[in-house]
Amino acid sequence: MKREFDSAKKLYTLSLLVKDIPGVVSQVSRLFSRKGYNIESIASGASKEPGVTRITIVIRGDELMIDQIAAQCRKLLPVIAVKVLDNESSIQREFALIKVKAKDLNTRSEIIQIADIFRANVIDVSRQTLTVAVFGGSDKTTAILDLLKEFGILEVVRTGTIAIERGRSTIYDETKLKEEYNYGKNVL
Amino acid sequence: MKIRATQAIMECLLEQEVDTVFGYPGGTILNVYDELYNYKDKIKHILTAHEQGASHAADGYARSTGKVGVCFATSGPGATNLTTGIATAYMDSSPVVFITCNVTEPLLGKDSFQEVDITGIAMPITKATYLVRDAQSIPGIMRQAFAVAATGRPGPVLIDFLKNVTNPTEMIDYEFIPWYENRTWGSVRELSESHGLKAPEPDHEDIDILAEMIAQSQRPLLICGGGVVRGRADKEFRAFAEKLDAPVAITLMGGGGFPGAHPLSTGMVGMHGSRASNLACNECDLLIAVGCRFSDRVALNPKTFAKQAKIVHIDIDRAEIDKNVLTDHHIVGSARRVLELLNERIGQYDHTDWKEHIIPLRQPQVAEASETLTPKQVLETIRRLAPQDTIVATDVGQHQMWSIQYFHFDYPGQLLTSGGFGTMGFGLGAAIGAKCGNPDKVVVHTTGDGCFRMNCHELATVEHYGLPIITVVFNNGTLGMVRQWQNLIYKKRFSETTLDRGPDFVKLAEAYGLRGKRVTNLQEMEEAMEEALCAGCGYVIDCVLDMDEMVRPMVPGGGNITDFLLK
Repeated sequence: MKREFDSAKKLYTLSLLVKDIPGVVSQVSRLFSRKGYNIESIASGASKEPGVTRITIVIRGDELMIDQIAAQCRKLLPVIAVKVLDNESSIQREFALIKVKAKDLNTRSEIIQIADIFRANVIDVSRQTLTVAVFGGSDKTTAILDLLKEFGILEVVRTGTIAIERGRSTIYDETKLKEEYNYGKNVL
Repeated sequence: MKIRATQAIMECLLEQEVDTVFGYPGGTILNVYDELYNYKDKIKHILTAHEQGASHAADGYARSTGKVGVCFATSGPGATNLTTGIATAYMDSSPVVFITCNVTEPLLGKDSFQEVDITGIAMPITKATYLVRDAQSIPGIMRQAFAVAATGRPGPVLIDFLKNVTNPTEMIDYEFIPWYENRTWGSVRELSESHGLKAPEPDHEDIDILAEMIAQSQRPLLICGGGVVRGRADKEFRAFAEKLDAPVAITLMGGGGFPGAHPLSTGMVGMHGSRASNLACNECDLLIAVGCRFSDRVALNPKTFAKQAKIVHIDIDRAEIDKNVLTDHHIVGSARRVLELLNERIGQYDHTDWKEHIIPLRQPQVAEASETLTPKQVLETIRRLAPQDTIVATDVGQHQMWSIQYFHFDYPGQLLTSGGFGTMGFGLGAAIGAKCGNPDKVVVHTTGDGCFRMNCHELATVEHYGLPIITVVFNNGTLGMVRQWQNLIYKKRFSETTLDRGPDFVKLAEAYGLRGKRVTNLQEMEEAMEEALCAGCGYVIDCVLDMDEMVRPMVPGGGNITDFLLK
């Protein structure tokens, strides 16, 4: 039977383990630009092993295209593992810092109230501004940004989404798919 | 043992049993060439006229011998001149190690003279690129590069040495390790361990599923792709085809993977495929493609391609599965191993009815009588007079399609053609590489007048090294394939395709110290070919052809595989 692919465009999350060598992020991101797709967010940081970086990429596209890009990523020599994470079986979070204008006491307390509702923290106060740190799904960040807009946002920094699977399964799992790709990795 | 860094580069080449390299020297790679001077008895260097020629020669050497080709070039323009050759090798999965040098470390990134980020440029067209900043890492990187280029799905690799790394005062530790031991040693083992690699053994369950599908099929069709050629799996493929008793369609890159004159062969498939092959794709109930990537020139329209059939894809590269055409079943593994397992698993089948329906559709290729010379007559003459194991290197365009339609290729490496990238000017370089790798075989280079002009300066290389390559120019005074499209699709608006200009190719051959002849009819062609075969030097046959001759059959791009625009 032929595989069926969902043709609707939506957000997909790709999780990659890569060897930490110069140019690896550009090697990975190149694959997306080659197909003409925009990366919505990219977050890269250390993993549990030294010398191995974990990259999380969020991209809008259809399933066939995501499948192709994941396949191409897996072929790159510095790439150790790639997993497409879906929203149901994974937890997705991002961290954002928002600097808002707060000239008087009223606005300041109003902003603090909003922050409290979102369980965000106020991490810096000046005579004219408040800086709020919010942690959660990207829709939560979007929601608080929407509310804070009326006070005047000076600056926003978002880390981009990071994600991890629910339950026991991890990116390190040995699967048939992974074995198949390791053949195609073309070494040995 | 402490040796010079450049010496280590040479020793690593010898480790890999490299005896021929192609290249062109320059400022930054001087240290390497200086070392090569010490090794000139062990490593033969072929100096081409242009780096692009060297890159195609290394590629042609690799394709025809099955070994890894090696190509040297200097930094900057030397390196960028390689890129067309690198991309050609990448698209056709040919194992070539490209070695370039870059400026010294302190000058790196300062837009220094002849500096270019070649590792960055080559990244999308190589399996791996390495920038060597530390002399100690040379043996590790060289070994890894050869392993990466040659194993799995082969392909080009680029190593860029900084000039200071190759400094003659740079001494490093080196220990000789033969290449087959390399693979389990040092950086190569490290790489395989970090990737948790296992031996590429196909999944036996997948084989069983395919055996079951074969048992249920009435009208199976095999497609022989470039993977059969690269994997040198021709014997296994032939045994499989004969056991299955199924027609075999051959892709452009699959030429040589299955004997073209075999009674099961239906000829080429795709845009200029035979009627038999293309109709078989539309009528089979099981299509087994081995080492083929269903490119747009084969599948044409992926939505309608063999949609009535179950499609099975056998490929070494998992990323090819479901890339262009959605498949019903796949087996990931090398063509040779998968076919070996299948041959053990399946019995002898008989598909006489199906065969008798399809194979006669492959029209016999007979050259018609004509006053003026026709492409068929040219190719017929070559086929008749040249030995059957002649290596054929083609350029790109009409003559390429005709060459593949009229010649029968019997073994992998007999046909050298730029199928994926369609590089004009590939042929002469490839022919030089093939002749260097196969000095006992006759090498014929078929080309068009447009293609030949792109790299005809390599005739200087042909002359200097005394390579008796026979170049047959299909001189129709136009970019034939483009004109064909203009003729059929662009309402005969022949925009910039007419090549009503020099040079005189016979005089050109003579200017390079070679021989040549212009032919206008069959008899002259026969005489010229006979002369060329015993000339003992490079020979250019300039065949004057009609400019409106077309490649038949033809299916327009993106159309259904049986919607022939030309019969």
